[in-house]
Amino acid sequence: MKIFKYLGVAVESIRAHKMRAILTMLGIIIGIAAVLITVGIGSGTAASITDRIESSGTNLLTVSSGNRGSSSSAALTMADAGVILDATRFPTVQLAAPQYTSNATLTNGASAGSYQVMGTTPAYATMHGLDLNAGAFLTAAQVEDNENVVVLGATVATDLFGGQEPLGQSIRVGDALFTVTGVLASTGSSGFGSSDSMVYVPLDVALGRLFNVTRVRGSYTISGIGIQVKTQEDLDPTALQVEQVLRLRHGLGADDENDFSISNQADLLEMASDVSGSLSALLGGIGAVSLVVGGIGIMNIMLVSVTERTREIGLRKALGAHDRDILLQFLVEALVLCTLGGLIGIALSYSVAWGLGLIPGLSSTVVIEPWAVMLALAVSTGSGFVFGLYPALRATQLDPIEALRYE
Amino acid sequence: MNQNTAHSHSEDGASHTSPVILVKELTKTYIMGETEVHALRSVSFSVNAGEYIAIIGASGSGKSTLMNMLGLLDRPTSGSYRIGGVEAAELSKDRMADLRNTQIGFVFQRFNLLARTTALKQVGLPLFYAGVSGRESAKRAAAALARVGLGDRLDHRPEELSGGQQQRVAVARALVNNPGIVLADEPTGALDSHTGSELLALFDELHAQGITLVVVTHDMGVAARAQRIITLRDGEVLEDRANFAGQNEALPAGPLSASIANGAQNGAAAHGSNHAQLAVGAAMPATAATGGNHEDL
Repeated sequence: MKIFKYLGVAVESIRAHKMRAILTMLGIIIGIAAVLITVGIGSGTAASITDRIESSGTNLLTVSSGNRGSSSSAALTMADAGVILDATRFPTVQLAAPQYTSNATLTNGASAGSYQVMGTTPAYATMHGLDLNAGAFLTAAQVEDNENVVVLGATVATDLFGGQEPLGQSIRVGDALFTVTGVLASTGSSGFGSSDSMVYVPLDVALGRLFNVTRVRGSYTISGIGIQVKTQEDLDPTALQVEQVLRLRHGLGADDENDFSISNQADLLEMASDVSGSLSALLGGIGAVSLVVGGIGIMNIMLVSVTERTREIGLRKALGAHDRDILLQFLVEALVLCTLGGLIGIALSYSVAWGLGLIPGLSSTVVIEPWAVMLALAVSTGSGFVFGLYPALRATQLDPIEALRYE
Repeated sequence: MNQNTAHSHSEDGASHTSPVILVKELTKTYIMGETEVHALRSVSFSVNAGEYIAIIGASGSGKSTLMNMLGLLDRPTSGSYRIGGVEAAELSKDRMADLRNTQIGFVFQRFNLLARTTALKQVGLPLFYAGVSGRESAKRAAAALARVGLGDRLDHRPEELSGGQQQRVAVARALVNNPGIVLADEPTGALDSHTGSELLALFDELHAQGITLVVVTHDMGVAARAQRIITLRDGEVLEDRANFAGQNEALPAGPLSASIANGAQNGAAAHGSNHAQLAVGAAMPATAATGGNHEDL
């Protein structure tokens, strides 16, 4: 290949002009690193969202009271939950956990804070695969007997107890005294709905003693019902069946909107990947713009370099270089510079990803995917060709006499 | 692809070598806006293998234009230029580049070396474009550097060499591909007088080795070393004369001197006998006597 003949010339020239080479590469280095890091942040975020949704269990349906567009007030009740828990009517339902969630102030001596308190049943921990750090989750007996016991999320336990052992201690939830019987293991995730920042009490304790929830037709209203079906195939039929039964029970006419909503994990996953997909595309787009800017920078410096090397070009022509030789020399030089810049950019993005991974508390990491690296390399080499061609053509067009005389 | 080419093209059969350079009624006209500038008006002369000639003239005399023509860096407006028997006017751009590569060795006033490149690589450059492999190229470049007395400076870069040494590297580069002629443009122009005369001594040596040298200069001291001096004025050959001093100093004894002396006559004869005789004068009766003898012009 004739190209390889010029590789040596290009490397020679780059080594002879290191500063110029670095300046030329800078645009590509920054562009490639920017694209890889932004796309990597997008991929990392997507991975962490997917992780979180998957870790909270699959085969799950969530029935929530209320619905956007519905005028009627929340009407999901314990009676509704009782029907769904009836195995004869819902044979595909493996577990179901009624939930009531509200905020309450938790106090341990001088430490206090407002947390989300969920009243639920033991099934909730099984469905969501909650791990205990100490003690146990709510037991069937505690729920049955309406005991004042509380299970703390990892963050809550640290907030209220610091380094102390929380298990067996008494704390106030609202005005009532509760005994801590369990502390959850940290999941590492944060934000809304994370079990780390929640506390759990027996369902009826929440409904009655703690929040004194309103009743509809003699039955406590609840926030939602978590349902775990037996297999993934059961998800859709079960959702349909639950919807029909609840519509009947709530006396909704054919034209009425649901006054509840049913969602499943698959929907959430899809939504999350949609969001992260468009996030990646957006960030990648910004990165691509910076690559184009970098490429134009290369063209700029290559053009300057052609002018600066006018005498060299004249000399090479005088010594017998064909136009093609000059073209290939400059083109190969641009290709080498851009590929080298791309490789440095890739290395830079890996080190930035590694550096970000060292920062504690960042929930999502930068995930640099192999396809993105391949693409980055292809793009940097391609931009070397595109933005190197014009300066190289300019170099071939120099008149050797003028070029030799050029000062 | 060296001075032998000139010999192999010798179709005249006679004892004379055919010229390496044969210039006939060469003109070059530049159009600058509305006006035509006649840089060269009908220039004719020939250079035989092994000759050492100087082309002199004031600035604007057309010597740079002639140099560009001889170096195949530019095309004439009309006339004929044959180098090593090949008509240059008909050549494609790439073929011109090939001839520059194989037939002509350039020595420039300002050396024109590549920055931060070793002497060995500088000298190997013409071989790179000739397609000579790296190992063979290094060998030949080293030999060329040894020939100019820089055998111990192979890995030196221009910034590590004196001006005189840099110009020697350029001379080695001009010689490395065994060209038909070495074309030097003000070779001592950027050197002090001492290193300048050292370079001219090197030229004398090369001349003694049978290399054809064409030196373009405005410096009479440089021209005086040549065995023949062509003077240009206003784009025309004002004078084409043998230089007795140059011959005496540089010519080796033997048959070569005879053929070179002939070459000088040929050039002189081409432009009429009057000024040739004027120039050579009584000091060279032999030349004057055979002044009318021109066989291939």
